[in-house]
Amino acid sequence: MESVRYEAPNNVEAAVRLLAGENGAKVLSGGTDLIVQMRLMNRVPTVFVDVKRIPRLSALALDAKGLRSGAAVPAATLYGNETIRKLWPGLAEATDLIGSSQIQGRATWAGNLCNASPAADSVPALIACGATVVIAGPKGERRVPVEQVNVGPGKTSLAPGEFIVEFEIPAPAAHSSDAYQRLIPRSEMDIAVVGAAVALTLDAGGVVKAARVVLGAVAPTAILVPDAAAALVGSKCEDAALERAGQAATAAAKPIDDRRGTVAYRKKIAAVLTRRVAKIAYDRARAR
Amino acid sequence: MAKIQVQTTINGETFDYLCDGQQSLLSVLRDELGLTGTKEGCSTGDCGACSITLDGQLVPSCLVLAAEAQGREIGTVEGVSSATGLHPIQQKFLEHAALQCGVCTPGLIVATRALLLKNPNPTEAEARYYLAGNLCRCTGYDKIIKAVLDAAASMRGESA
Amino acid sequence: MSNQNGSGSDRKFKVVGTRPIRHDGLDKVTGRANYGADLALPGMLQGAILRSPHAHARIKKLDVSKALAMPGVKAIVTSADFPEIGSGGMAAGESHIDPKDLQANIMARGKVLYHGHAVAAVAASTIEQAREACKMITVDYEVLKPVMTLAQALAKDAPILHEGRKAVGVPPLPEGDTNIMMRLANAKGDVDAAFKGADVVVEGWYEASMAHQGYIEPHATVVTTRENGQAEIWCSTQGPFAVKSMVAVTLQMDPNLIRVTPSEIGGGFGGKTTIYLEPVAVLLSRKARRPVKMVMSREEVFRATGPTSGTRIWAKLGVKKDGSFVAADTRMEFEAGGFAGSPMGAASMTLYAAYNIPNFRFEGLDIVVNRPKVAAYRAPGAPNAAYALETAIDELAQKLAIDPIDLRLKNAVKEGDVASYGPKYDRIGFIECLQAAKNHPQYKAPLGKNQGRGVGAGFWFNVGLQSSATVSINDDGSAVVRTGNPDIGGSRASMAITVAEELGIPVERVRPLVGDTDTVGYCDLTGGSRVTYATGMAVIEASKNVIEHLRARAATIWGCEVDAVEWRDGQAVGTNGASNNKPLSLADIAKQMAHTGGPIIASASVNPPAAGPGFGVHLCDIEVDPETGRSTVLRYLVVQDAGKAVHPSYVEGQFQGGAAQGIGWALWEEYLFDKDGKMENPGFLDYRMPVASDLPMIDTVVVEVPNPLHPYGVRGVGETPIVPPLATVGNAVSRAIGVRMHQLPMTPPRVLDAIETKKG
Repeated sequence: MESVRYEAPNNVEAAVRLLAGENGAKVLSGGTDLIVQMRLMNRVPTVFVDVKRIPRLSALALDAKGLRSGAAVPAATLYGNETIRKLWPGLAEATDLIGSSQIQGRATWAGNLCNASPAADSVPALIACGATVVIAGPKGERRVPVEQVNVGPGKTSLAPGEFIVEFEIPAPAAHSSDAYQRLIPRSEMDIAVVGAAVALTLDAGGVVKAARVVLGAVAPTAILVPDAAAALVGSKCEDAALERAGQAATAAAKPIDDRRGTVAYRKKIAAVLTRRVAKIAYDRARAR
Repeated sequence: MAKIQVQTTINGETFDYLCDGQQSLLSVLRDELGLTGTKEGCSTGDCGACSITLDGQLVPSCLVLAAEAQGREIGTVEGVSSATGLHPIQQKFLEHAALQCGVCTPGLIVATRALLLKNPNPTEAEARYYLAGNLCRCTGYDKIIKAVLDAAASMRGESA
Repeated sequence: MSNQNGSGSDRKFKVVGTRPIRHDGLDKVTGRANYGADLALPGMLQGAILRSPHAHARIKKLDVSKALAMPGVKAIVTSADFPEIGSGGMAAGESHIDPKDLQANIMARGKVLYHGHAVAAVAASTIEQAREACKMITVDYEVLKPVMTLAQALAKDAPILHEGRKAVGVPPLPEGDTNIMMRLANAKGDVDAAFKGADVVVEGWYEASMAHQGYIEPHATVVTTRENGQAEIWCSTQGPFAVKSMVAVTLQMDPNLIRVTPSEIGGGFGGKTTIYLEPVAVLLSRKARRPVKMVMSREEVFRATGPTSGTRIWAKLGVKKDGSFVAADTRMEFEAGGFAGSPMGAASMTLYAAYNIPNFRFEGLDIVVNRPKVAAYRAPGAPNAAYALETAIDELAQKLAIDPIDLRLKNAVKEGDVASYGPKYDRIGFIECLQAAKNHPQYKAPLGKNQGRGVGAGFWFNVGLQSSATVSINDDGSAVVRTGNPDIGGSRASMAITVAEELGIPVERVRPLVGDTDTVGYCDLTGGSRVTYATGMAVIEASKNVIEHLRARAATIWGCEVDAVEWRDGQAVGTNGASNNKPLSLADIAKQMAHTGGPIIASASVNPPAAGPGFGVHLCDIEVDPETGRSTVLRYLVVQDAGKAVHPSYVEGQFQGGAAQGIGWALWEEYLFDKDGKMENPGFLDYRMPVASDLPMIDTVVVEVPNPLHPYGVRGVGETPIVPPLATVGNAVSRAIGVRMHQLPMTPPRVLDAIETKKG
């Protein structure tokens, strides 16, 4: 095996040059997927481009507009941030579900997103919160909603030489909150069989004004379910509205049979989780 | 291909080593530096036996590249005890018979130390979830969790 | 945790029953302890194995020439380097091994029988070079249809794994080529007539998946060979003497040339009672004339080392209205993996052993499939058998509206009863365990909605076998005890406790050592729950022999007859005519060793033919999410007869660890294969062993009904704890959802299916 090179640039431009320079270049942030794939699937890069020494990728800024998080900030740091846990409790809980405590010391939102597994935990929660990524590349920087990054299992819309620099998450409006749950056989350490994220904004009277419902592990990518959101808008998340949202989730789910779950089971669970998660998000939003 | 030269700090001591780009930090610790207290159980980040701290963050050393350690501070099980004796976590693991075969123990000790630095007074559930990435096949975790909670109490200056 | 003493041995112990810190603990909490992969020797090469990508194929051609020319490559080994040997039997702890099969499992000869079966091995300067060279070995396979399930193996037109091999055992046996390697059967009474007289009968199929022992330390070895043919083997094993004899037979070597040093062992549970890497490393080292290290990856451990059998068991059980069992009938089908030798025999011994059943019958089949060859796993076969029988008992309890513990109490075996497998029971503690479970607060704790409580019992016969021990006295009065059993979970502490008890010195003054095959007397392997029992007996005997020396030395010092010296509370005390002498402590005598006859050392060996069986009763409280089928274990209790707990903490640890493995097997763990026979989950991510947050505290009750075969009353405790959980957890889930579950693991989709089937 040819020895793999390792580069740790300290600015975005240098990283772009390295990544654009050769096909086998891979972005290394947490490495929790990249290194495993190198080992188990023999996907060996020609050069690791470690982006953790670029100051902008490790920065975390919170202000009235929202959160700007560097792409290399590990899950443990994100979840450990009290303000993030308060403003986006669902995103925080999804982040806390990525792997073990050890994995969380390494894993990042950007890695979870760019690994492009349909079962990634943080991705539905990021989409529900309306997160945007800032992508740097040979042609400069561009901003893209998170839901447009994954195009299929293991596939992203990033062009050669591009990588994610930052996440931008808008501050939640008044009476807003979110929630995330996944179904796994054990209590920890499993990959989601189904994941569901819901973000809601209520009016002063407690009626849902806006909703985003996102499912993971039931399609080639995490999917927004507008019909489920529509079922919640105008309701106070009463049982009937939750039931309709669940049915919409089942209808939207296009899962596959694999070692972690069957089509029929995943479609059922999509409804169960959508109902449960919507209720949690609603109760949280009411308390705001 | 030239090897990569790295200088790093392990348990407070400066180390220099040469590594390949794809080589894990675990491999360097065990095979190059003789620090075999850190164990390899899976190489995929699923068992916790290779737990170390990197700049204070708990990480699986099998999923850290050796090259990444340049200028960082590494903590391994070999650095947990001191000249004055065992760390309270180690002492409580012994007192509670929290190990059988002992191969998961170094990872658990390092992870427990990271937990108690973050959260000096964890509940049983918090301890169980924090340590969920440290597989133990011998004990059923009962005595481990008791040792962790007792170590926490002892470190807070409370007698259990 | 609590202790319940049965009546019996009134010996007052000073050290036995205390909880000292284990002697090897310090090295294990500081990272100093050396496990299989921790040894490095100067000039050592790294070995890697090329494994079959097919589940079932014929090897048409194997070409290593390109690989040999790769950089760093020093040696390559294939089956051609192994001597051809004939079939035959050799004892291996609780099972028997055919040396020819053992060898062919280590390195495929002619045919590969599972995905991951070894076909060649390379030694090179670095592990990367060895792995790269493996990729350059060309193998021409004729791919055959894989036989993945018991049903496929038994089908009329099934592909045959071992052409020309005939089934053995109890007739009627299949004619011609078959995947059935052995058939066992036995019966007592008139089963058919008895069923006709039964008031209630239940019957059904009970399926359990193939499951892995899941030790955290992968198999590892370092081997050095010498020009005179000697081989020094360092490895992670439960039985260094077993490694010696198995390497000798697979390589047709003189065993005298082999020395095996056991490393610390990072878990085994039976899976490290056989060999995989050691003979390969010997051959590589011979060819390369360098030390060779081989360490398995986790994926290799799952694909190519011993899981335990998946099983299909049909069981039928009949009772009278008052709950007395009248008849039982069972057909057990066991997956053996690629080669014959499932634990079906042990399963048939344990199946009915806990109960008095006047009429019974069973048939057991050992069936080969294209899956990894099974190895021993903690009470091999017994959990599968108990899953069927203890589930049937729970169904009967529900049908009869009898408390499930009372139903078991009504039929439980006790002292004087004849076991279904032959012997008459001496003192046993099953009834005491059932009563302790019934009286435990958990049994009365209220259950909420969607919650269920399961009861299950288990039996394991335990084994004795051969052990030796040597105790020597240092000149400061401290002692060293040496045995040949790797310490897999605290046995050094039990050995030291035993010496301290006998000699009357503090346990910290005893240093327990595990020797290699040249420095200690023969010991059978660490397995069969035998170490604290049998090796402990050897240690007691050796200690008693040391005491004889100590009395003689005191007599020399005092100038009296040996008969006038007693050993009492750690001192030589003079009697009849010698009673004026001030008692001599062990330290006093040790100080004068050089002047009274030299060093004091004594050995002993034992070979107990029986061990005294262990019984356990478990309780499990579970909550099932009715919308997802997901189960959460709320409370768990293990009650077991330990005879006498030498170190109670490690007895409780065995109870808790066995229960946790059983819970994992019941709820989450399974081998998954794709249609081509490739294992889909060869890692801890998808082979789902319990993690810390999956389990509650596991409560224990140590029942102590002394074992008459052991001086302290000790019974083996290691294996029994994994026997009850499959049924216990299954019964809890079944009662929580109101539907009887018949298949393990009870994954959320399976449980949800059952719930929805009930709803209709």
